[in-house]
Amino acid sequence: MSGTFNTVIQLVYVAAASCFILGLHLMNNPATARRGNQISAVGMIAAVAATAALIIHLGVISVTGWIVIAAGVLVGGGLGLYTARTVKMTAMPQLVSIFNAVGGGAAALVAIRDYMTLGGSVAASTSVPTLLDVIIGSVTFSGSIIAAGKLQGLITSAPVSFPGARIVNLLLIAVAVGVGGYVIAAPSLIQLGVVIAAALIFGVSMVMPIGGADMPVVISLLNAFTGTAVAMAGFVINNTALIIAGALVGASGGILTKLMADAMNRSIPNIMLGGFGSGDAIVAAAGVAGAGVQSIAADDAAIQLAYASKVIIVPGYGLAAAQAQHEVAALADLLESRGVDVSYAIHPVAGRMPGHMNVLLAEANVPYPLLKEMDDINPEFARTDVALVIGANDVTNPAARRPGTAISGMPILDVDHAKSIIVIKRSMGHGYAGIDNELYTDPKTAMFFADAKKGLAELTAAVKTLVA
Amino acid sequence: MLLTDFIIFVLSLWVGFEVISKVPATLHTPLMSAANSIHGIVLAGAMVIAATAHNVVGYILAFVAVAFAAMNVVGGYVVTGRMLKMFRRRATPPAVTAAAGTAGAASAVAPAAAVPSPNGKATA
Repeated sequence: MSGTFNTVIQLVYVAAASCFILGLHLMNNPATARRGNQISAVGMIAAVAATAALIIHLGVISVTGWIVIAAGVLVGGGLGLYTARTVKMTAMPQLVSIFNAVGGGAAALVAIRDYMTLGGSVAASTSVPTLLDVIIGSVTFSGSIIAAGKLQGLITSAPVSFPGARIVNLLLIAVAVGVGGYVIAAPSLIQLGVVIAAALIFGVSMVMPIGGADMPVVISLLNAFTGTAVAMAGFVINNTALIIAGALVGASGGILTKLMADAMNRSIPNIMLGGFGSGDAIVAAAGVAGAGVQSIAADDAAIQLAYASKVIIVPGYGLAAAQAQHEVAALADLLESRGVDVSYAIHPVAGRMPGHMNVLLAEANVPYPLLKEMDDINPEFARTDVALVIGANDVTNPAARRPGTAISGMPILDVDHAKSIIVIKRSMGHGYAGIDNELYTDPKTAMFFADAKKGLAELTAAVKTLVA
Repeated sequence: MLLTDFIIFVLSLWVGFEVISKVPATLHTPLMSAANSIHGIVLAGAMVIAATAHNVVGYILAFVAVAFAAMNVVGGYVVTGRMLKMFRRRATPPAVTAAAGTAGAASAVAPAAAVPSPNGKATA
């Protein structure tokens, strides 16, 4: 390989990596984010083109090799394009999970194939990253598929576990790491196969016991895993672009995982050990309108909203589950046209992945300046006439401020500081923390028992009949 | 060589932490999707293993790796673009925000006219 040619390729890789960093940097503002994505894509095209040039220059590729690349790009690219164009925004978490799976899978395959070509003579400097890549990549692959299946409802979103599951998980890790150590000492394809199998099974057994409500954390974590696996693949084939890009993604996934876990008041090990995040509102103890709870009819709720001067809408996952984002946007538009100041309070874990609710509301044409983050909106509740809570539960429970409850210490939206509160909810069922929401028995709170979509449509219709 | 790679890896992690921590929660889903497309760079690695493959097993592994990575790259960038396109400021500036109680008949006419209701006609 000539020195100059190699230098040019390396420079292109550095330029591509710069594009990725710049692209991520521009994501710090919705106004520049699109440009960031385009710059990142340009970097990607440059890196792939440089790799093609490198392959031609090396001159070892067979005609079949080119056919394999072309066919792979056509099949994979076509599938990616189709799913990306048709996916519903509520299904974004599944899609991200699938992309994690294929990314992690590809990274593992790169290491496996590289290991096979090296035969018996592998230096530790290659075999260590190879094993890390194979283990992390395989765990990501099977884990992400299970996560996507749970999110899609193909696999029950409730935690699936059995006695001794933790011991089995520990054993699987021990097998993967132990046999992996053996592979480093004495290279062997069969042992590598055992490592792959243990890692794949671990991916399944790691995600199965995790409930639907913990999915934002799991997806972020698997995203970090994929990035790390790709960086390891970069070590294996000695490619700087893969190392930088993989590290960037690993960092991003790591930060989001931490943010999500903090916002749920859970530690990451606690979530991974599972057994608590049973997911979508347990309607077990669903005695409607118990003591101290006052319910409200659509007409009265509409009057409160229509003659308020400031309304904050608090959407939770129930809103997305009922596909009611367009209905809420319609109601907000109507209120705004009457001169009501409307904004949205978005808790960090609203939805099924970090920031999911924002995308759903953006899709319903809600302008992003109206979407307020928790810390920005909390002081505003005291000046708010009506807080309209739709499908959000635990994140509004004032019990979190007291010690000694299941959600103590969890950051919440200060909905109870508003002058009056309307909660749209199907029943008095609990959130995933499984405790009573003290907000519902607050004398300022009125419960509007209805499905989110229907309830919002009724409210909108009722507001329309009112003379401004 | 391993040491250089490792230094690059660690520094990139720090750059990642710095850049990502400035992204607002509003954009966390597109951010994750964008990070997703970036790890599609594994396509470059998949192409390299395709280049060195010279038997059936090698070709099959390379094909799967390339297909996986290509799906990751293409799908990732397209869906991120699709999401970001939806994030917009208000198309028209808000008409009346300050005067709450005085929301006039003028602004109430629009919704009433858009959805014909007996009430709307009566007041108009």
